[in-house]
Amino acid sequence: MLKILQARMQQGHRTIRYPAGPAPAVPDRLRGHPVLNPGKCLEGCRACLEACPTGAVSFSEGRSGKPQLDLGRCLFCAQCADACPAKALSFSTEHRLAAQRREDLLIGSDNPRIRLAQALEPRLMKLFGRSLKLRQVSAGGCNACEADTNVLGTVGWDLGRFGIQFVAAPRHADGLLITGPVTQNMKLALEKTYDAVPEPKIVIAVGVCAISGGPYQGHAQANDGAASVVPVDLFIPGCPPHPLTILDGLLRLLGRVGKDDGDDGDGGQGK
Amino acid sequence: MSASAALRSFTNGWSIDQASIPLLDQDALAQVILDAVAEGQRVVALFGAQEQDAVALYVVLANDEDNLLCAARTLITGEGFASLTPHCPQVHLFEREIAEQFGLVPEGHPWLKPVRYQPSWTGRDAWGRAPGENIPPGVGDFYRLDGEEVHEVAVGPVHAGIIEPGHFRFQCLGEPVQHLEIALGYQHRGVEQAMLGGPHPRSVHYAETLAGDATVAHTTSYCQVLESLSRCQKTARSQTLRGIALELERLANHVGDLGAMAGDVGFLPTASYCGRIRGDVLNMTALLCGSRFGRGMIRPGGVGFDLDMDRCTALLIQLDAFDEDAHAAINLLWNTPSVMARFEGTGPLSRQAALELGLVGPAARASGLARDVRQDQPCGVFRFAHIPASAVDSGDVFARAYVRWLEIHQSLRFVREQLRAMPSGARQTPLGPLAPDSFVVALNEGWRGEVCHVALTDATGRFRRYKVVDASFRNWSGLAYALRGQQISDFPLCNKSFNLSYCGFDL
Repeated sequence: MLKILQARMQQGHRTIRYPAGPAPAVPDRLRGHPVLNPGKCLEGCRACLEACPTGAVSFSEGRSGKPQLDLGRCLFCAQCADACPAKALSFSTEHRLAAQRREDLLIGSDNPRIRLAQALEPRLMKLFGRSLKLRQVSAGGCNACEADTNVLGTVGWDLGRFGIQFVAAPRHADGLLITGPVTQNMKLALEKTYDAVPEPKIVIAVGVCAISGGPYQGHAQANDGAASVVPVDLFIPGCPPHPLTILDGLLRLLGRVGKDDGDDGDGGQGK
Repeated sequence: MSASAALRSFTNGWSIDQASIPLLDQDALAQVILDAVAEGQRVVALFGAQEQDAVALYVVLANDEDNLLCAARTLITGEGFASLTPHCPQVHLFEREIAEQFGLVPEGHPWLKPVRYQPSWTGRDAWGRAPGENIPPGVGDFYRLDGEEVHEVAVGPVHAGIIEPGHFRFQCLGEPVQHLEIALGYQHRGVEQAMLGGPHPRSVHYAETLAGDATVAHTTSYCQVLESLSRCQKTARSQTLRGIALELERLANHVGDLGAMAGDVGFLPTASYCGRIRGDVLNMTALLCGSRFGRGMIRPGGVGFDLDMDRCTALLIQLDAFDEDAHAAINLLWNTPSVMARFEGTGPLSRQAALELGLVGPAARASGLARDVRQDQPCGVFRFAHIPASAVDSGDVFARAYVRWLEIHQSLRFVREQLRAMPSGARQTPLGPLAPDSFVVALNEGWRGEVCHVALTDATGRFRRYKVVDASFRNWSGLAYALRGQQISDFPLCNKSFNLSYCGFDL
């Protein structure tokens, strides 16, 4: 018993103060929100497009077409940035990446930042704002998104203090958190789990696989993401997303963060 | 005559000419495998590859005593081949996989079921299913006990926690489990097929996500395949950085597992401390490369990120904190009688069973098999910096926990040593073209155990077969066996003590 108490003293209090206090520091090499500078693009250069393994980069029409980046397909591998001869593309350490609509994840010269997710509508907020129970379904996820979702339950992050909890049965859940590209062999199980969650319900797709299939996009064995099977209410990009990115997405949905980050359509760019 | 005489021997990560692999007739190959296993070798991989109008079966054996790998092959021209499983249980899943992928029937296989519930690659089906027929996962025969008081418990594919899907079927007589059968395949994403004709731009990302918590181990094996095929000379620095990343991956997962095992016996102090400490180690990996799972760190020809002095110093400071926190949190386990009472004697797996099932990694070492790729088939930095295998012999949950604790010490010592004496050199060396008609095996000791990648190239140096064997492929049977006679309520604890990968198995 004394040893347990001694260990308790040694470990101390480790829960982050965020969002009341500052967010924990992200690693300086984190590949977060990309920064596009299409003005620097060399005429006719398509190096970034050719470097991208998942087709996240596209160009508007014409030789002087400008690059667009779909963060829903992006592995954040930065091969595009490495390939760019003009340094027109780089990755910042900005961790806020969650969006409500699939098209909000597209960035280009007109929309340099993704449109970050807003709080749930009042009716859902009334139901879920203080207590959100989620059922997690891994449908072909590699266990990285799963692990960094799981870590939110540790003492360091303590997701429970926001009333968010992962539950063991879909009937106890208010929604699903889905990872993986939805393999053929998990499609039925995912559909049944979704059906078992009582209405109204929300679906959160975590990680590039669950948004677009990620590296498994186009595979006959998978279904290019959760939205191919169920309607999705929140997309959290990354491969895998940093825990802070996932937490930000969940808290944004519950209106716990985002009100004060100048989110007037520029996706928090003002900060 | 020694079995090895009929085999082509080579070392881990060294590519050889495919034509130099002896082509034996089926019976001779079977005899070679049986003799080699009787001599103490083990089967690392047994797989099919399409060759013109026939399927070739390749076997890779590890002669750990001499630090050598050996290979041989045979051609199957008929509808099947004689199963070796009755005489050599460790090949049972390999034979089922060959049946599923190539439609060849291993005649006499005692339990011939699909492995991943995927259609055959050849159009020929081992179970006589029509082309295009739906193959629902987990549907089919399960080994059953009959009797008045026997009951069956089915769990999954979707589980209660944040965990990958799989189906577990227990045959119980009261509380004790008489038999557990595990049906997987739910995570099957078609990686091996997608590698064909590669390397493609996505290939390295397949390697990184084969088993996302073993990114470094799998990507290192993948990169070694390419480097070996192009005779790329990596710098000592890049190999050291890979070693550091691999051991950080082990530290994070081992600490996480010990915490989760504490949680499964209701001992919350260690459970909560270790959950956080694991995150601290993931953050060290992120300090290296920006990703907590080592994404982007391992790249063909070396590593994606170098380590400057500041980062090196920061890592050493963080490792000191880790050392202190981990000791305080984990030593509680061994000092708490209520934990030890639950760990000791639960889920025992005998040395003999582990040997016959061909287990690898900490699960094998917990049953007294001191096999470790870093020691037995060393490559990269492990040729110069030795990490002795940590073995315990009681084979129970305690042993699987304690092996992890011993390995934490070894990995911590290794990482500190390497950080204090980083060799100089470039972080990446350009690759040349890949050698045609070659064969290469790249093994690494991932935190779960042996990660094996085998590549065969065609006349233009592209992959014509890419075989991946994750430690989980070898060890799931060990979990099923360890549960015999145990209370069903101990399943979560036993499961966590193995902590195997679903997607690493399902590919």
